Amino acid sequence: MRIATAKESYRQDEALFDSRTQRVWVCILALALILYPFMANDYWLYLACLVAINVASATGLNILTGYTGLVSLGQAAFMGLGAYTVAVMEQYVGAFFFLNLLMGGVVAMVGGIVVGIPSLRVKGLYLAIVTIAASFLAHFLFVNSGFTGGTGGMTVPPAQFVGIPLDTSFRIYWLIVPTTVLMVLGAANLFRTRIGRAFIAIRDRDISAEVLGIPLLRYKLLSFGLSSFYAGVAGGMWAYFFRVVTPESFPLIMSIFFLAAIIVGGMGTILGGILGAIFMTMVPEVLRIAVSMLPVSGDTLQYVSPVRTIVFGLLIVGFLIFEPHGLAEVWRRIRRFFHLWPFRN
Amino acid sequence: MDWLFLFEVVLAGIGAGGLYALAGLAFVIIYKATQVVNLAIGEMLMLGAYAFFAFAAGMQWPIPVAIVAAIAVCAVLGGVVERLAIRPMLGESPISVFMVTVGLGSIMVGVVELIWSADQRRLPEFIPNEPIFIGEAFVSPKIFYSFLVAVVLVAVSLVVFRWWRGGVALRATATDQAAAYAMGINVPRVFSIAWVVAAALAAIAGIAVGAIGGVSSSMGVFGLSVLVVVIVGGLDSVLGALLAGLLIGVLEALAGAFLGGEFKLLVTFLVLVAVLMVRPYGLFGTREIERL
Repeated sequence: MRIATAKESYRQDEALFDSRTQRVWVCILALALILYPFMANDYWLYLACLVAINVASATGLNILTGYTGLVSLGQAAFMGLGAYTVAVMEQYVGAFFFLNLLMGGVVAMVGGIVVGIPSLRVKGLYLAIVTIAASFLAHFLFVNSGFTGGTGGMTVPPAQFVGIPLDTSFRIYWLIVPTTVLMVLGAANLFRTRIGRAFIAIRDRDISAEVLGIPLLRYKLLSFGLSSFYAGVAGGMWAYFFRVVTPESFPLIMSIFFLAAIIVGGMGTILGGILGAIFMTMVPEVLRIAVSMLPVSGDTLQYVSPVRTIVFGLLIVGFLIFEPHGLAEVWRRIRRFFHLWPFRN
Repeated sequence: MDWLFLFEVVLAGIGAGGLYALAGLAFVIIYKATQVVNLAIGEMLMLGAYAFFAFAAGMQWPIPVAIVAAIAVCAVLGGVVERLAIRPMLGESPISVFMVTVGLGSIMVGVVELIWSADQRRLPEFIPNEPIFIGEAFVSPKIFYSFLVAVVLVAVSLVVFRWWRGGVALRATATDQAAAYAMGINVPRVFSIAWVVAAALAAIAGIAVGAIGGVSSSMGVFGLSVLVVVIVGGLDSVLGALLAGLLIGVLEALAGAFLGGEFKLLVTFLVLVAVLMVRPYGLFGTREIERL
């Protein structure tokens, strides 16, 4: 139990960061994010950008699956929609990158709402299968719709900011990380509003929510839309980061990756989405290092991909069985330990 | 319109549909007994095919021995999986259990890629090779014999579940778990039996699928079609799985022949969405009644 945190107003009660310690830590984190690109080398910058993109997309999926209780296996497809929109906009329109990202989000959002329409009648696992269907439809569209470059995909020119091409990890960091921070803050704030509360009510018991006066279809579609908007913007950043988009860039396994990320991190907490995405992105890198250090002769790199697949599966199963609330719960336990430290609590 | 060609395509579709029905049956057995939606069904097929590959091609065992051994290995694996991964999830939300099976599928794919690499392999030839004609129409012998196997197995399973004690226990558990417990049925054992039987059926289906199209670590895609089959048919309906299996098989064959191979999955998924919009619990599924 935490002491000396009496709240005197509703504003204090629902604040995102409610204690001074927390605010200090957030400032330190912000400072670290600003200083990071000046200290890290190219490899670590590359990883940071990848982590940030995955955090954005996982947070989106968390809104849908963690907070609204609708399981989706289509997150990668919505990222693909966003990425392709950015690529097409760059090639045929050439607008400002910010506008392109926004368009990517909006197109993915429309896609998400269309996929969400069956959620009026179809629930739970049936819905998860519908989202798998959606990801195959998206793949089909990417390959066969004339202006997307078929199976070869499209290349994306680097984003231009006041004449500077954002073509290195160092430069694109300043696009990706602030966008992600903004999106995560947006999601955290969402759950202090009526809409966010409605999502949580639907997750806990959708029929009760409807009895309480929450129009189910509208809020479910809204949740689908918001979640895929996040995925679309993340996909747009992905396109600017890797600068080539192909139909195979967004396979079903990537959707499973995001689902695994929010399970491992902890569903239904913003922190969980962040921790899970960081953890799951770092696991393959750690594995690559571990495998290369193994005393096995010959080409060990060929084992990395299968081992990664196994570890993903083990993480999903292990966390669901042994730590269903994920890393966020582990984090909370550690924090609680230090609240009254060095006294026993 | 070439009617003979159409007839041949439909026959090939029915043949493939037999395998869908068999795999769908494996899925429905698990779902009825344990209420687990098993997304790893395609990977269980794949494991069966690879086990057969290992025994028949790797160790050069005679084909019948290899088939029996592969089925046995998969059955044991099914039991182990149930015990280690599914049993601890008893009483958790269905969505959590569903995601455990997603993880299991991922593990199986990884193991297969680690041992045999992701390349496509051919199973040794063991199905008679003379062409078969039904009237004028030619049917590929592989598809014909797998269909025969599927029909026999489905029939045997139906008979077994009708009259065998364990089958009756399984149906009792499916109807009402608590009542089954009260009648002295060992429900956890029924769960184990369901997984073992389903894994064995899936292994047979996997060997047949592998014999027709070769084996690779992406055979799990077949599992997606099986999912479509059981969902169109209704998750808890054996009859639904059988009919929907044939339906989806024919639809895929028609789409593949007249529109092109890349349309196969597209058509099945469009059918899936259409059916779900009209009947959210599948064609023959039981409508769930929710209480507050």
